[in-house]
Amino acid sequence: MKQSLLEIKHLNKAYGENIILKSFNLKVEKGDVVVVIGPSGCGKSTLLRCINALEDIQGGEILIGGEPISRNAKNISTMRQKVGMVFQSYDLFPHKTILDNVLLAPIKVQKRKRNEVEKEALELLGKVGLADRKNDYPRQLSGGQKQRVAIVRALIMHPDILLLDEITAALDPEMVREVLEVVISLAKSGSTMMIVTHEMAFAKAIATRVLFLENGEIVEESKEPKAFFESPQTERAKKFLKSFEY
Amino acid sequence: MQNLGLDVFFKGTNFLRLLDGLWVAVRISLISVAISIILGIAVGVLMTSKSRIIKVVSKIYLEIVRIMPQMVLLFIVYFGSTRVFRWNISAEISAIIVFSFWGVAEMGDLVRGALISIPKIQYESSEALGMAASQTYLYIILPQTVRRLIPLSINLITRMIKTTSLVMMIGIVEVLKVAQQIIEANRRVSPNATFGVFAVVFLLYFLICWPISRLASYLEKRWA
Ligand SMILES: Nc1ncnc2c1ncn2[C@@H]1O[C@H](COP(=O)(O)OP(=O)(O)OP(=O)(O)O)[C@@H](O)[C@H]1O
Ligand SMILES: [Mg+2]
Repeated sequence: MKQSLLEIKHLNKAYGENIILKSFNLKVEKGDVVVVIGPSGCGKSTLLRCINALEDIQGGEILIGGEPISRNAKNISTMRQKVGMVFQSYDLFPHKTILDNVLLAPIKVQKRKRNEVEKEALELLGKVGLADRKNDYPRQLSGGQKQRVAIVRALIMHPDILLLDEITAALDPEMVREVLEVVISLAKSGSTMMIVTHEMAFAKAIATRVLFLENGEIVEESKEPKAFFESPQTERAKKFLKSFEY
Repeated sequence: MQNLGLDVFFKGTNFLRLLDGLWVAVRISLISVAISIILGIAVGVLMTSKSRIIKVVSKIYLEIVRIMPQMVLLFIVYFGSTRVFRWNISAEISAIIVFSFWGVAEMGDLVRGALISIPKIQYESSEALGMAASQTYLYIILPQTVRRLIPLSINLITRMIKTTSLVMMIGIVEVLKVAQQIIEANRRVSPNATFGVFAVVFLLYFLICWPISRLASYLEKRWA
């Protein structure tokens, strides 16, 4: 049988007594663009944070390319390099220039040669329209520009899968598009992604699969995103999608 | 032109004595600052601990330092403790003890503040890139902590230098005390010396503290 890029088996995650994910299962194949939607607090962020082992888990397994990723394992650095992540809040390192933000991990973690990485960094920054800002500091950039840099910083590690957690939620509306366009072009080039978002039009445009979560469970799953967004099968998904209409 | 009373500086070794006094003040603050920085970092890291006991103890320590005037502490250590415990410590050592007691608390609080002000997301985005915990501290957390800390601790240093003027109350002959002595000795021959001497003392404090506080605001701007 073919090896899934990401496989989550019976994942249990709780904060103290508060159970968030209960025996959660999921397989993601190469090239999938999985959009995860659901009401606030249903466990979307927790799920993504478990996948790159930012959280301790209480049971089950998360396999990346067949290998388990675990917070306390020796190979955690190697495993995390396979998973890129961009958060909602701008998380660039404020004391480093844009270029150094991008270069730090490939040089220190992957031990790549500076001039080789720098060439790639400038190429990627160019693709998101920010090559001329390489010597600026994060505070000199707008929120949308910072998020584009954060995407580049994740991409330069050549992750197998990219996790995006509401990366436009903190942005002014006019900056949302410039960031989402970058993500759409990544999807077109075949990147594997898991995307948590409240931008339904974007979700519909980019998804190859949709997961609708409630209380940490997959309530509805669809490999036909267009059909899902037009006529969801479950009442709860219907109700949820309705809440975005006016 | 008015007689500004500057003539007293050309009598005997008056000016040199004043500089000597200044050196005493600077020496006390330098030693105290060094102790405060080293112990303060340790105390600050301790203060971020989750232990209740450590939290309560450090809170009490900080409050004592904030409430007590430095002068009272000086009196307690120099006059009080020497009587009660029958030990023999010089006025200068007493001063250093008091200033360090004060500095360690303030520095500790600054370090604690700087450490907890680094958002959790900074640790997480560094880890998410595959950086080890040691790399995260070295490249991400420490540089940001130090940047926040340096302007604040320089500020503390200048406050300490200024506060050393209190040590003459326990008999240490520092710059302000020398100034008073010069004025006393020349009361008859040059009554205007009060102005001249204190003006020079002002200038000396200024010459020491000004570059330090310029440096602080430069670093503050640069690393904002
Ligand atoms: N560090 C934490 N400690 C305790 N409980 C937490 C923690 N982080 C999240 N939770 C709880 O876990 C649940 C799921 O949170 P999560 O952030 O995964 O939700 P979400 O689906 O991402 O919501 P949103 O759409 O608002 O971002 C919530 O009830 C939240 O209160
Ligand atoms: Mg969330």
